[in-house]
Amino acid sequence: MTEYQNLFTMVQPTGPASAGIALPKGDSERIGTPWFWHLAGRLGNAQIGPIYLGGLGLASLVFGTLAFNIIGFNMLAMVDWNPLQLVRQLFWLALEPPPPSFGLSIPPLNQGGWWLITGFLLTISILLWWTRIYRRARQLGLGTHVAWAFAAAIWLFLVCGFFRPVLMGSWSEAVPFGIFPHLDWVSALSLRYGNLFYNPFHALSIVFLYGSVLLFAMHGATILAVSRYGGEREIEQIVDRGTASERAALFWRWTMGFNATMESVHRWAWWFAVLCPLVGGIGILLTGTVVDNWYLWSVKHHVVPSYPAVFPVVVDPALLGVKP
Amino acid sequence: MAMLSFERKYRVRGGTLIGGDLFDFWAGPFYVGFFGVTTAFFTLVGTAMILWGAASGPTWNLWQISIAPPDLSYGLRFAPMMQGGLWQIITVCALGAFVSWALREVEIARKLGMGLHVPVAFGFAIFAYFTLQVIRPVLMGAWGHAFPYGIYSHLDWVSNVAYQYLHFHYNPAHMIAVTLFFATVLALSMHGGLVLSATNPKKGEVVKTPEHEDTFFRDVIGYSVGTLGIHRLGLFLALAAVWFAALCIVISGPFWTRGWPEWWSWWLNMPIWGH
Repeated sequence: MTEYQNLFTMVQPTGPASAGIALPKGDSERIGTPWFWHLAGRLGNAQIGPIYLGGLGLASLVFGTLAFNIIGFNMLAMVDWNPLQLVRQLFWLALEPPPPSFGLSIPPLNQGGWWLITGFLLTISILLWWTRIYRRARQLGLGTHVAWAFAAAIWLFLVCGFFRPVLMGSWSEAVPFGIFPHLDWVSALSLRYGNLFYNPFHALSIVFLYGSVLLFAMHGATILAVSRYGGEREIEQIVDRGTASERAALFWRWTMGFNATMESVHRWAWWFAVLCPLVGGIGILLTGTVVDNWYLWSVKHHVVPSYPAVFPVVVDPALLGVKP
Repeated sequence: MAMLSFERKYRVRGGTLIGGDLFDFWAGPFYVGFFGVTTAFFTLVGTAMILWGAASGPTWNLWQISIAPPDLSYGLRFAPMMQGGLWQIITVCALGAFVSWALREVEIARKLGMGLHVPVAFGFAIFAYFTLQVIRPVLMGAWGHAFPYGIYSHLDWVSNVAYQYLHFHYNPAHMIAVTLFFATVLALSMHGGLVLSATNPKKGEVVKTPEHEDTFFRDVIGYSVGTLGIHRLGLFLALAAVWFAALCIVISGPFWTRGWPEWWSWWLNMPIWGH
C-alpha cells in the first residue's frame, strides 16, 4: 500500500526548453521565450510557452477582447461607474438581451443593442479560434479531431444564443452575459417548458456529461496505474502494444468483462465528450420550438406518470392575450 | 475460452486480499476472487429486492418503476418491507456490491502489478453515493431524505430537493462542481482528440509523436501539460467534480436550510464596501 503512486513528479530534471516542431513555410514565428514553472512541473510539463499567435489568433483575441470589454463597461455603467460596486455586484450583473417586444429587430444600444453586438463579436472570435485550432493541427500534420470536438461546443453555444432565439422569433430568448443571470436563465427556461429533466435529450446529455467524467476517471487512473510500465506513452503503445497496454486492457477485461484498446479508449472519450453538448443542443433547440412542455410530452409518451392535481388549475396568461 | 492472444501469461495466482487461492480463478473473461462472490451476492439480492418492489408496485413501465425510501415519520428506524424496508435493504446491498467491486479491483490491480488509482477513484463515487443516501439522511434525521430508486423518480427527487433551496444553482459548491464537470468534459475532448489526431493524421502522413502533441497545445494556448500530466489532470478534475457534488448536497439541509441565493448576502454585506 505504501508504493509510489506517481501522483506528482518528485524530481524535475531541467534542460533546454523545447522550441517545438519546425513550422512549415508561410507560418509566422512563435512568440514568447519559454520558461519553467516549478509548480506546473509537479503535475505535468514545467515549460510555459512559446505560443503561436498568427493572424487568426490575433483577430480572435481582438474580437474576444472587444466583447469582454463591452460586457465589462456595460456592467460598470450599471453600477454608476463605481469600481468597488462592480466587484461587489459582479456575480449579479448582466448584459441582457433585448426585451421580447423587439423580436428579432435591432434594438437601441441600451436596450439590448450592446448585447447583440457583443454576441456577434464573441461569435466571430470563437469561430476564428476554431479556424485557428483547425489550421494549427493541419500545419503540424495532425488530424483535426480537436477542432471538431470544439465545433460540438460551438453548436451548443449557437443554439442557446442564436439558432433557438431566431426560431422563437425573439432575441429575448437568448442567454444573458453574466454569472447569476445566466443561471437564472437556465432555471427560467426549465420552469417555463415543464422542467428540463423531462427532456430526453437533456437526460442523454447528462448521461454523456457524467459518462465523460467517469471515463476520464477510469482512463486517467488506468494510465497512472500502468505509468510504471510507460503507459503514458500512448502513441507508442497504440502503434506497438507493450505490457502497459496489455495490463491496462486486462484490468478492465477481468473487472467488467470488456476492454478498450489504447487507441479505442480515446475514441470513447472523444465521442462521450462530443455527444454531451451535441445532444444537449438538440434538446435546447426543441424546447419551445417543437415542444412546449416536456412534462406533458413525457406523460403523453408514457415516460412519467401524470401526478395528481394538488393545486387549482392555472390558466396560461398567454391564452388570455397578455403580452410580455 | 475468452482469452486475448497475450492474456495467458498474465493469468497468475496471487494478489488476493482474502481467501488465499480459494476464489483465485476466472469465469470467462471475469476474474472472480472472494470479492467477486460477495459482489454477485449483493447484486443478486439487491436486484431481487428491486424486482420484488416492482412486482408489488403499480407499474412495470421501466421508466416509472420506483422504490421509495421510508416516509419521514419513520426517522432513522427500520421500516416495514413495503413502506421503505425494501429501499433500506437495497441500499445496504448497493453499498455492499460497490465496496466489493472496489476491493475486487484492488485484487486485480495487485495481480497485474498496477497502481491502485482505479479503485481509489471508484471510492470517490461510492463516497458520493454514501453521502447522498446515508450521511445526509442521518444528519437530517430520516431515511426519507434519501433519493428513490427509479429512473424518473430520482430526477423528480433532484428537482424537488433543489427547489426546496429556491434556486440550487446559487449553491457555491454546486457552482464549483458543475464547473469541474464541464472542465472534465473539455479536458477529455481535448485529450481524446489530441491522441486521435496524432495517430490518425492526414491521409498519407506518418503517425505523429508526443512532441507534435506538445507543440500543438503550446502553439494554441501556450502550454501543454504533457502525456503523463493530462492523465493526472483528468483524474483530479473528475474526482474533484465528484467531491464537490457530494459536498454541495450534504451542506444543503444539514448546514444551510434557506434559499441558496440568500447565502450570498455575506458577500454583499461585507464591511469593506463602504456605506
